[in-house]
Amino acid sequence: MATEKGKEKEKMNPMGDIGETSPWQSLTQGGFVYGEGNSVFFNTGDWRTKAPVWKQENCKQCLLCFPVCPDSSIPVSNSKRQDFDFFHCKGCGICAKVCPFGAIGMAKAGEEGSHE
Amino acid sequence: MSKRGRMSGNEAVALAIRQIDPDVIAAFPITPSTEIPQFVSRFKADGLISTEFITVESEHSAMSACIGAEATGVRAMTATSSAGMALMYEVLYVAASDRLPIVLAAVNRALTGPININAEHSDSMGARDSGWIQIYSENAQEAYDNMLMAHRIGEHPDVMLPVMICQDGFITSHAIENILTEDDAKVKAFVGTYEPEHHLLDPNRSVAIGPYGVSPYVFELKRAQAYAMEQAKGVILSVAKDFEKEFGRSYGFFEEYRMDDAEFAVLLMGSAAGTGKVAVDRLRGRGVKAGLVKLRSFRPFPAEALAEALGGKNKNLKSLAVMDRSEGFGGFGGPLGAEIRAALFGRTNGLKVVNIIYGLGGRDIRVEDFEDLYKELDAMQGMEARDIPYVRYLGQREI
Amino acid sequence: MIEIRWHGRGGQGAKTAALLLADVAFEAGLYVQGFPEYGPERMGAPITAYNRLDETPIRVHSNIYDPDIVVVVDETLIGAVDVTAGLKSGGKLVVNTGRPAAEVRAKFEGVSGDVSIYAVDAADISIRNLGRNLPNTPLLSVVARLTGVMDEKKFIGVMQKAYEEKFASKSEVISGNMTALREAWNGAVLIGCDDIVEHVTTA
Repeated sequence: MATEKGKEKEKMNPMGDIGETSPWQSLTQGGFVYGEGNSVFFNTGDWRTKAPVWKQENCKQCLLCFPVCPDSSIPVSNSKRQDFDFFHCKGCGICAKVCPFGAIGMAKAGEEGSHE
Repeated sequence: MSKRGRMSGNEAVALAIRQIDPDVIAAFPITPSTEIPQFVSRFKADGLISTEFITVESEHSAMSACIGAEATGVRAMTATSSAGMALMYEVLYVAASDRLPIVLAAVNRALTGPININAEHSDSMGARDSGWIQIYSENAQEAYDNMLMAHRIGEHPDVMLPVMICQDGFITSHAIENILTEDDAKVKAFVGTYEPEHHLLDPNRSVAIGPYGVSPYVFELKRAQAYAMEQAKGVILSVAKDFEKEFGRSYGFFEEYRMDDAEFAVLLMGSAAGTGKVAVDRLRGRGVKAGLVKLRSFRPFPAEALAEALGGKNKNLKSLAVMDRSEGFGGFGGPLGAEIRAALFGRTNGLKVVNIIYGLGGRDIRVEDFEDLYKELDAMQGMEARDIPYVRYLGQREI
Repeated sequence: MIEIRWHGRGGQGAKTAALLLADVAFEAGLYVQGFPEYGPERMGAPITAYNRLDETPIRVHSNIYDPDIVVVVDETLIGAVDVTAGLKSGGKLVVNTGRPAAEVRAKFEGVSGDVSIYAVDAADISIRNLGRNLPNTPLLSVVARLTGVMDEKKFIGVMQKAYEEKFASKSEVISGNMTALREAWNGAVLIGCDDIVEHVTTA
């Protein structure tokens, strides 16, 4: 699952091990956040109560879904959308609403995935 | 060699700014600090400084511009007073929590109302919990010297906090006095350059400054800020030591004037300390064991050192007047009175303390007022502590 | 320590005179203070400015209540303001006036007999030399003389330098001021107290 990918990313996070259990001595001065684009290291995928399901058989690759995703969780490669980035997807369902072809459904969290 | 000169407190601060040549100054004029940005803009026009001078539309903007500038890794400074500082309050906290060692020349003036332009400490007292270092000056010389030390203190890696150098509006800001000033080159060498570990324009080490703090972090970040303020104590003393080595004038957390065997003492900040010293000399001439403590560093607050000076070390001290040039409206005095009492609590034996409110709205305080106050301190000796009022008002008309 | 109190009206230059006197005394090697009593800017309102001059560092930061010298920049203040309040016994009172000595003396009936009253028609000196009524320049000269901090030659030299710095591009301003200062230095007249001498205009 995508969480594995997330764990790999966490390893590269310039903020290191700093987290919500860190003692005050371990935080950066002024709470500075080092590095750029650090939001990719932050797992918002576990906020989901619902999860999108990509029904590839209905998908026309019209690409209406990816620009509306508030969390940039629909990666696009070679003009084709890929599977969801479940490390960041919060399950908001906007993509499912916008899809004209019924290619995105919503399931319970934990039932993420796509089917052919 | 130090150079003899005469100038006003505002001129002295402006001279320090010219010698420091900060990268950015963002300021909005307000009496009695207006002259400082005025002098700076003249320096700029005359090509004497390389400072970027940003004229802004308010003090809130002035401090915001300083924050933005300092976050890029350069030195930013400003000057303000009274309502101008009040308009900065919101962003003063940001400068401190973002750990940006901005230096602010504060020329203390009463906060409205009634609207008034004269000396009072109510403006900087309103910022006492903002996380800024606050250093108070007795005269133009101290305002100048404190400005020269400000960057060294604030920019120290263990500190990284903004610094406010305070002097009394008009009483010192607009009074011509003798002063010793230092060589441009020597000042530059003493102040040094500012090389922060992280800043916004470093292409190799990108950083976000001032991020939102969720609850799991804010408490810890505030604790780190408080720790930095504790660290500032040692830095203030070590910078003062270097300053003395370089320029010969000596500073600490506070100045003890004829305190060695003093039985009666007053403790205060700013220009009135000089007037108080004259009273101490007169009283000593009459055999009264009077002494005076002038607090220089209000933030950080040197509680232990004060308790030692007023109790631990000095066994003769019988009564103390803590003098506030601002009213706390709590029905029991001003901020300095409350904090000194707290610092002394449980650490002095039988020392009688009264809080004196004086000098509001620029009300003059004379040598004779101090002499009367020492008489009161003498009378307090024979009183039960519980019978001594928390606060008395000095130099005020009353029935 | 010599303590001086200036009484004028907003806009008449009493503050400037006090600051210039501080400069002069500084040049004489003294410790100095020069400061105004500040309030809102109000043209014409009574204002006070102060000087302290001493051979040792000056620490006191209060106004002056028992001056050695009082300067009345604007004689219309007499009566409206208690200009001689606290004036020391043996002190000096300098009044900018063109009135006859007896008339001036009469205005200070309550003043102790050992106070020396000096009259100078600073307005007249100023108008003739500067074309405008700027009484502070001539008064500064009189006060500088009365303090005894320096002689005329040195005083004029110091002032010349100060004006050259201030009015680099207006030499006519400088020469007018220098003449006014010289006239005033020699033109103030002791009209005495118990023994009124005479009042001489400088014209």
